[in-house]
Amino acid sequence: MRRGVCSFVLMAIGIAAVACMEGGSRRSIASAGEPPASNAEVKIDNFSFGPPTVTVAAGTTVTWTNRDDIPHTVVSDDKAFKSKVMDTDEKFSFTFAKPGTYSYFCSVHPKMTGKVVVQ
Amino acid sequence: MAKRVKDEMVHDHNNDGVDRRGFLKCMAWAGTGALCVMQGGVLKSYSLSRLADLGASAPAAGELSFVQISDSHMGFNKPANPDVAGTLKAAVDKINGLSVAPEFMLHTGDISHLSKPEEFDTVDQILKGAKPKNVFYVPGEHDVLNDDGKQFLERYGKGAKGAGWYSFDKKGTHFIGLVNVMNLKAGGLGTLGHEQLEWIEDDVKHLKSSTPIVVFAHIPLWSVYPEWGWGTDDSAQALAYLKKFGSVTVLNGHIHQTMQKVEGNVTFHTACSTAFPQPQPGKADSPGPMKVPAEQLRSVLGITDVNFVTGQHALAVVDSSLA
Ligand SMILES: [Cu+2]
Repeated sequence: MRRGVCSFVLMAIGIAAVACMEGGSRRSIASAGEPPASNAEVKIDNFSFGPPTVTVAAGTTVTWTNRDDIPHTVVSDDKAFKSKVMDTDEKFSFTFAKPGTYSYFCSVHPKMTGKVVVQ
Repeated sequence: MAKRVKDEMVHDHNNDGVDRRGFLKCMAWAGTGALCVMQGGVLKSYSLSRLADLGASAPAAGELSFVQISDSHMGFNKPANPDVAGTLKAAVDKINGLSVAPEFMLHTGDISHLSKPEEFDTVDQILKGAKPKNVFYVPGEHDVLNDDGKQFLERYGKGAKGAGWYSFDKKGTHFIGLVNVMNLKAGGLGTLGHEQLEWIEDDVKHLKSSTPIVVFAHIPLWSVYPEWGWGTDDSAQALAYLKKFGSVTVLNGHIHQTMQKVEGNVTFHTACSTAFPQPQPGKADSPGPMKVPAEQLRSVLGITDVNFVTGQHALAVVDSSLA
């Protein structure tokens, strides 16, 4: 019992330490002139991606959330990324390391298209 | 110059390609399927939810009758229909209550909602309760999620070609099951693909032009509403291979409402879903499930729902009358 609590505390400290280090390294990158890593959201409503185009900095993680009653997918035209099928309220995330324009679509409903512009 | 093909739309009062009467009927669609009767080489299609109202006008036995069901979406549990197993069972009850025993069933896809094994299992179990024991399937896009249709092929595609296309003959009618839900391209519609098109050409080459042809596939093989993806990019090529035949019937699902159209020698039908309705083309923000009051979901509206196709040689008229 005691040991359990103890290791939990140690684990928590460990996580805090990692978080600290991450925060530190991010700050140093930002100070070197690069934008900080961040997140962007794309919502799927009524068989469309909103916003249809997102413009983000390199290193940004984009998260798609399906808010329809029907399953959808997120698949890049060049297959650089490909989600599993997302049922209602399920999410998919992808981190864009390299600048470029990434066109994507829903492989179930290919009329649904979107774009991620990474700067 | 190519001859212009005259499109004939039935009940198209607003000239927008939408069969409003068919749509209204579909509002009372749940648990429905269609009884198809081949008579003199001409296919007549009757909605199962209206057969009881037909009385003396009930379909005569033709040389062949079969049932089409579609879009059971097993696993769907949202408010538009929290009991898709129940409405599929209702369809089976209607099939079992037919006085003209159908020889087999066609399922035009979206058997499952999320391609989960247990969803397919449930449908298999429910359909085991139907009197016709033979079921011919084609996949919908919901049946080939995540695995490029591997599971579908293992379950339903024994002996099929490619992604699951095949043909068979029943009492002189040639049936062709097609797959147009694979390898969909960004911005595009349903796709048959080169390999399947070549197979179609070869499959019908040696048939007599008097052979009645029934083609079935999930996504409509005619342009219902491309803005919502309701069409197939290369269907014209497939239909070109069927030009020589006097009687061609195309049965589709996918749009969860009934529509009919006649174009030359070809009659197109789409079937209702056994799970939930979808809106008329362009009449909502998206083709998502349409929520109707629970009592309406299973109710039968007081209008007749007989779609029958008659004609001397080629299929000529689609009508929807009979009081
Ligand atoms: Cu989609």
